[in-house]
Amino acid sequence: MKCTEFLNELTNYLDGALDERTKSELENHLAWCHNCYVVCDTTRKTIEIYRNQELYELPDDLRGRLQTAIMSKCSAHKEKKSGPQEF
Amino acid sequence: MELVRRAKRGDDTAFEELVRRYDRNVFRIAQHITQNREDAEDVVQDAFLKAYGNLAQFQEQSKFYTWLVRIAVNEALMRLRRRRPERMVSLDEEVKTEDDSLPREVADWSPNPEQMYNQAELREILTRTIQGLPPGFRTVFVLRDVEGLSTEETAQALELSIPAVKSRLLRARLQLRDRLSRYFQKRANGDSDKSSGDGDQ
Repeated sequence: MKCTEFLNELTNYLDGALDERTKSELENHLAWCHNCYVVCDTTRKTIEIYRNQELYELPDDLRGRLQTAIMSKCSAHKEKKSGPQEF
Repeated sequence: MELVRRAKRGDDTAFEELVRRYDRNVFRIAQHITQNREDAEDVVQDAFLKAYGNLAQFQEQSKFYTWLVRIAVNEALMRLRRRRPERMVSLDEEVKTEDDSLPREVADWSPNPEQMYNQAELREILTRTIQGLPPGFRTVFVLRDVEGLSTEETAQALELSIPAVKSRLLRARLQLRDRLSRYFQKRANGDSDKSSGDGDQ
């Protein structure tokens, strides 16, 4: 397996979506190609670090305001829909 | 799906429960795409209102969450286009960059970045780095790797083919890895000037 072929399969490898044969070819490549090993390892860390860090938390007070606003707009929508028809 | 069926029959408490279940996710996705807090708040409201108004059309062939994400992504992209009329904002865009070739920097991250930075520093780096990705890549990465949707669900939510999702995901992951490497290697080399770490933005 060449480095470019490894790169094409990287996402499938990290997602556990490879068949046994391709997975084994890829792991053989990783065993001797240090650059590809590092790329694989740091890409995995990239995913983990983004998964572990919640960048955009919704604060409780804002969350409460949004929920109230959503439900009041939904009620208004319902009333408008079931209200008397205008001619 | 029971909550969705109750909501479809007009039970607003069931819909409110759906809002509570998914509002954090929708907010995160919206803020990642729009990169603007006010827009993200509007997207959350409009996406749920649209879902409420169109519940009868939801066919239950996909998960409610995937359907909701699709509405939210469309709302978020619409707002992003309004804010950046000078730039084409599309999920279909193909962005050729130097990152499409084999990665250039291949030094390992040692020590672990989570040990090198405090929480606030690390979050700032991660935010700046992901903001530098084109919207089409950023959105796929956020849905797949941050929100944990499957490839099929991401394709459904974004109306993209599965090969298109996989190709964007690979490029997004490699670009993020490459950009983060510039920060982490600088710090590992003893250079504390983090502001220049993402020099191509």
